[in-house]
Amino acid sequence: MADTVSSANVPVMLGAKNYPTALEWIARRAEAFVIPLAALIVGMVLFSLFIALVGKSPAQLYETMWRGGFGSWFSVQNSLSRAAPLLLAALCVALPARLGLVVIGGEGAIVLGGVAAAAMGVAASGAPAFFVILAMGVAGLAAGGIWIGAVGALRHYRAVNETISSLLMAYIAIALMNHLVEGPLRDPASLNKPSTEPLAEAYRIGNIPGMDVHWGLVVGIIACILSWLLIEKTRWGFAARIAGGNVRAAQVQGLAVGPLIVGFTALAGGFAGLAGMLEVAAVQGSANASLAAGYGYTGILVAFLARHNPLAIIPVAFLLGGIDASGGLIQRRMDLPDATVLVLQGMLFVVILFSETFYGRFKAFNPDLWQRPDLLKGTA
Amino acid sequence: MDATGIGLWGVPLAMLGGAIRVSTPFIFVSLGEAITERSGRINLGLEGTLVFGAMTAYAVAVMTGSPWLGLLAAAAAGLCFGLFHGWICKFRGVNDIAIGIALMLFGSGLAFFFGKPFIQPSAPDLPAIPFGGWSDIPQVQAALNVNVLFLIGAALAVFLWWAFRNTRAGLILRVVGDSSDAARAMGLNPNTVRLIATGIGGALAGIGGAYLSLYYPGSWTEGISSGQGLMAVALVIFARWNPLGCFAAALLFGGAGALGPALQSVGVTQGYYLFYAAPYILTLVIMIATSSPSRSLAGAPGELSITK
Repeated sequence: MADTVSSANVPVMLGAKNYPTALEWIARRAEAFVIPLAALIVGMVLFSLFIALVGKSPAQLYETMWRGGFGSWFSVQNSLSRAAPLLLAALCVALPARLGLVVIGGEGAIVLGGVAAAAMGVAASGAPAFFVILAMGVAGLAAGGIWIGAVGALRHYRAVNETISSLLMAYIAIALMNHLVEGPLRDPASLNKPSTEPLAEAYRIGNIPGMDVHWGLVVGIIACILSWLLIEKTRWGFAARIAGGNVRAAQVQGLAVGPLIVGFTALAGGFAGLAGMLEVAAVQGSANASLAAGYGYTGILVAFLARHNPLAIIPVAFLLGGIDASGGLIQRRMDLPDATVLVLQGMLFVVILFSETFYGRFKAFNPDLWQRPDLLKGTA
Repeated sequence: MDATGIGLWGVPLAMLGGAIRVSTPFIFVSLGEAITERSGRINLGLEGTLVFGAMTAYAVAVMTGSPWLGLLAAAAAGLCFGLFHGWICKFRGVNDIAIGIALMLFGSGLAFFFGKPFIQPSAPDLPAIPFGGWSDIPQVQAALNVNVLFLIGAALAVFLWWAFRNTRAGLILRVVGDSSDAARAMGLNPNTVRLIATGIGGALAGIGGAYLSLYYPGSWTEGISSGQGLMAVALVIFARWNPLGCFAAALLFGGAGALGPALQSVGVTQGYYLFYAAPYILTLVIMIATSSPSRSLAGAPGELSITK
C-alpha cells in the first residue's frame, strides 16, 4: 500500500517541495496509530450498545473499568502485574506472525514452561538462588521453545497447518501438565489443588523496589524491546520479513527459510515458556492448573491489536491487563458475569481485524496521492 | 462402575458406545465445515459457534421445556455466527483464519455471559432410540442406545456426498471453491455463495453444540467443549472434504475420545489425563501423516488458504 507506491523518487517527481517533508513523514506513520485507535473506539461503542441492551449503564461500566484497571496506583499496579505475562504471550503470536504464521497455542507453552521451571526449582534446590532462578528461566524457555518450535518445524518440513497444530498442542500440553501435577510431580501435601512441591522462599522472584509488581514486568518489556531490535535491526529480522512477505521469493534469494521459521517459532515459544516460569516463580510458587489462566489466548488479542509490532505490544498489554484486572470489580459492582470482559475482548478482536480493510484507503495517509487524485482510483 | 461378568470386553464395547455418543458433534461440525471449506473459506470460529449453540439450546430447552425448540434455536444462532463470518470475510484485507480465531473467543465469551444463569437448572434431553433391546447385558444396551441426531447426521453425510456431485448447488459450491475467477466467468458471485455456505456450516455447528448440552454430556457448563469444534476442522482436511470421510473420521475420533472414560469404567485410572489427550494426539498424528510439503492435498478446494 503506502510502501509499495512510494519509492524515494516518486515524491520528487510529483513536486513534493510544496509540502513539508515532516508532514509527509507524520502522514505516512499516522495510519498505524489512527486506524487501530479508531477501531478501539468503535469496539468500545459497540460494547456500550451491548451493555445497554442487557439493561446496564455503559457509563457506569466504563467508570468501573477505569477504577478497577487504571484509576489508582493500586489498580495500575494490578494491571501491570497482569500485563507481565501478556507481554510474553503476545510475543509468542507476534514473532511467528512476522513470518506469516498464525500461531495461537501459546497457552501450551506457558503451561509447560511453568511445569518445567517448577520441576527445575525443586530438583536444583540447595544451590545458590541466582543459579536456581537462572536454571528455572532456562527450563521454561527450553520447554516452551521446543513446544512451539516443533509447530514451526511441522509447518515448514511437513506443511502441517500451524494454527490448528499449535492449538491441538496446547490441549495436549494442558493434559500433560495435569498428568504430571497429579502424578509424578505431585506434592503429597497438596490435597485440594494438586500442585508440584512449593518453591523455597529464596527461589521466589520478588517485586520491583517501590512497587507491588514483580520483576516479570521488566523481563517482559526487555523481551519486547529485544524482539523489536531483532525484527527491525538485524539481518535475521530482515530475512524473516522477506519470508513473511513471500516464501518463494525468500527461497529464490537463497534464504534458509526452514531454520528461520524454526528459530523464530522456538524463540516465540521460549518467551511464552518464560511467562509460565514467571507465573510459577513470582506468583503461584508452584505449578498447578492455575497456569492455564487464559493468558495465552488474551496474548493473541494483544498481538493482533499491536499489529504484531513488539514495541506496540507494551502499551496494548497494559490496556488489556487493565481490562482483565477490572473484571472482578465489574462483576461485584454491576452484577454482571465475569465473562463480560471476554465479550469486550471478542468485540475488540473482531473490530480490529475488520479495520485491516481500511489500510491504504485514505488519501490523508498517503502523501503521494495529495497532488495526484488520479492514483486514488487504484486503491479505493 | 461394575463390570458385570464381561470383564475387559467392556472396554471395546464402551468405546463403540462412546464412539457413537462422542462422535455426533464431530459429525455435524465437520459436515458444516466441509460445506464451508468446499466454497473456499475456512471458519475456525466453529469452536465458538459450538459453545454458543450448546448454551442457546440448553437455555431455550430450559425455558420452553422442549429440546427440539432448543435445537432449532441453536441452529439459528449458529446460522447468525456463520453469516457474520461469511459477510465480514468478503472485505479486502480481512483474513478468514484470524476472524475465525476472533469468533472462537467471542462466541465462547458470549456463551459464558448469557449462560451463567443456566448452569444450575436441568433441561429435557433429546430422545434416544434403544437398539440394544435384544440383549440382556446392560453394557450392550447402553452402547446401542443411539440418539436420533446421530442417525440424522449419518443420513446428512450420505445426502451431502450425493449432493456435492449430483446437484446444481453442489456444482456451484465446488466451482466457487476451486476458482473465484471461473465462478465469476460463469456469472456467479463467489461472495454470495461463500456467505450461504458459511451460514449453513455455522447452523450445523450450532446443532452439534445442541447435542453436547442436550444429550451427551447433557448439561451446560463452561468447559462443555474442549476443542471439538477445532478438531472437526482438522478432521475435514483428513477426510479430504468428502462427507462420507468426515463421518468415518468422526467415528474414529469419537472412539479415541471415549478411550479414557472406557478404561476408567473398568478400573484403569493410571494416566487418565494422558488418555484424555488421545483425540488431540490422534488429530495431530493424522495431520502430520497426511500433509506433505511437496504436493498439494488431493481434493483440496483451490481457493482454500489453509492448504496453500
